[in-house]
Amino acid sequence: MLEVTGLQKIYNGGATAVEAVRDLTFSLAEGELVCLVGPSGCGKTTLLKCIAGLMAPTDGTVELAGRPVLSPPPGMAVVFQEYGRSLFAWMSVRDNVELPLKEKKLPKERRTALVSESLEAVGLTDFADAYPWQLSGGMQQRVAIARAIAYEPQVLLMDEPFAAVDAQTRADLEDLVRQIWQRLGVTVLFVTHDIDEAVYLGERVLVLSNSPTVVQDDITVDLPAERDQLTTRQDERFTHLRARVYAQIQQAKRGSAPPAA
Amino acid sequence: MSTATAPPPRVGPRRPGHRAGAHRLPSGLLGIAVLVLLWEAAPRIGVVPERYFPPVSEVLTTLAERATTAPFWEALGHTLYGWALGLSLAFVAAVVLGFVLGSTPRLRAFTTSTVDFLRPIPSVALIPLAVLLYGTDIRSTLLLVTYACFWLIYIQVLYGVADVDPVAEQTARSYGLGRLARVRHVVWPTTLPYLMTGLRLAASVGLILSITAQLIIGSPGIGQQITTAQQGGAIALVYAWIVATGILGVVINLGVRALERRVLRWHTSVRGEADA
Repeated sequence: MLEVTGLQKIYNGGATAVEAVRDLTFSLAEGELVCLVGPSGCGKTTLLKCIAGLMAPTDGTVELAGRPVLSPPPGMAVVFQEYGRSLFAWMSVRDNVELPLKEKKLPKERRTALVSESLEAVGLTDFADAYPWQLSGGMQQRVAIARAIAYEPQVLLMDEPFAAVDAQTRADLEDLVRQIWQRLGVTVLFVTHDIDEAVYLGERVLVLSNSPTVVQDDITVDLPAERDQLTTRQDERFTHLRARVYAQIQQAKRGSAPPAA
Repeated sequence: MSTATAPPPRVGPRRPGHRAGAHRLPSGLLGIAVLVLLWEAAPRIGVVPERYFPPVSEVLTTLAERATTAPFWEALGHTLYGWALGLSLAFVAAVVLGFVLGSTPRLRAFTTSTVDFLRPIPSVALIPLAVLLYGTDIRSTLLLVTYACFWLIYIQVLYGVADVDPVAEQTARSYGLGRLARVRHVVWPTTLPYLMTGLRLAASVGLILSITAQLIIGSPGIGQQITTAQQGGAIALVYAWIVATGILGVVINLGVRALERRVLRWHTSVRGEADA
């Protein structure tokens, strides 16, 4: 479904060129939920922008369902970390969710149905007429998620979406993502710096190295499909996987990124 | 990062609007009452010569008398017409140019020096030029009003266009909003607070210029009436016109503020609530 091949990104700032991403190759099968975790400053956001078609890579390709991504593709929705800035303060919750659908030229009835379905899926049916700034941070991020799923994407990109919400809200939102993923069968790429979150959410965890970034490890999460904040996190298998990801990240931080080919 | 380059839009009080306003109103009225009393008393007890400074009762009586005559409203209409038309022309030109130049960095860089040169030229310095071009015609007034208002709004629009949040912009792009759709749904709402600030400033300055033009050039309107009254020695009438001008200014300002509150009800400056 999503193929990233030999992706490289070099930021050219005059004399100093910074290689943020060196050589990334990985793929997501249809309907997979993959978490991307790496040390801070490893170019996760750069990678995500390249995948989303918001930024052109220096080298390499991104393909969505066999088509190269050169600009934001219609089959992709992004949930940003900064929900407060990503939602439009001048529009109600309903209008925020509906705007992309209008741009897609969907008929009115279809739009209304999608808006109410997606708001229901995130538990915000009663807040359709509120403005985003009248809601709590967690609720605002739910609006952003509703907007993403109403768009009916093939691939949902999430860029550290819960980094700015409190721990309890975060747990709720994690379960919401699992639930939506299971219900809609959408392919999800979830970027995070939180190891526990990556293991708890993902079916697979990709560990990125320190910058310049490569894929350091690709770990299959063989936890049961039904996950629970309490029991899953106490599961021996969870602890084991967590330890493995942690070790990889530590190794990445020590800067043992393999040299460029 | 982008806010560092532009001053924050000054739109309305940061305090919760209504309650603060309710508290301010009585003290504001009290201030006016004291002023009126002083104005009434000063000429009567001879602190200032009554000949040049008639007491407020006389001025207000004159104003009330005039307000029942057609020429009064005609003059007022001329002034308002020059003001409104000039302001509208400036508004449209500033918005169109501001959006086009503001979103084209190269054009903006190319025009910056010209703008910085033209902007500080006081509109009144153009009076001789206006007279040469249009005589005492309304177009003289329009030229001055439009010139002064244009820069005030244009600069604000430039700031506003530059203040678009990169996350909002990327969100819009990732959801397939084209260039025009982004201007309409992202750039325009971002610019609105700035635009309203520019409009509010321009509305006051435009009124000043409208009256100045009539006063100096002699095109019909309040300004011309003031000159006429002064030359005829009708001092109370001069003051009556000045008071009328003040009232007009207050009304215009209230109007723009009301518009601002309506248009920007979602904005931090108006909603008067802490950010979540």
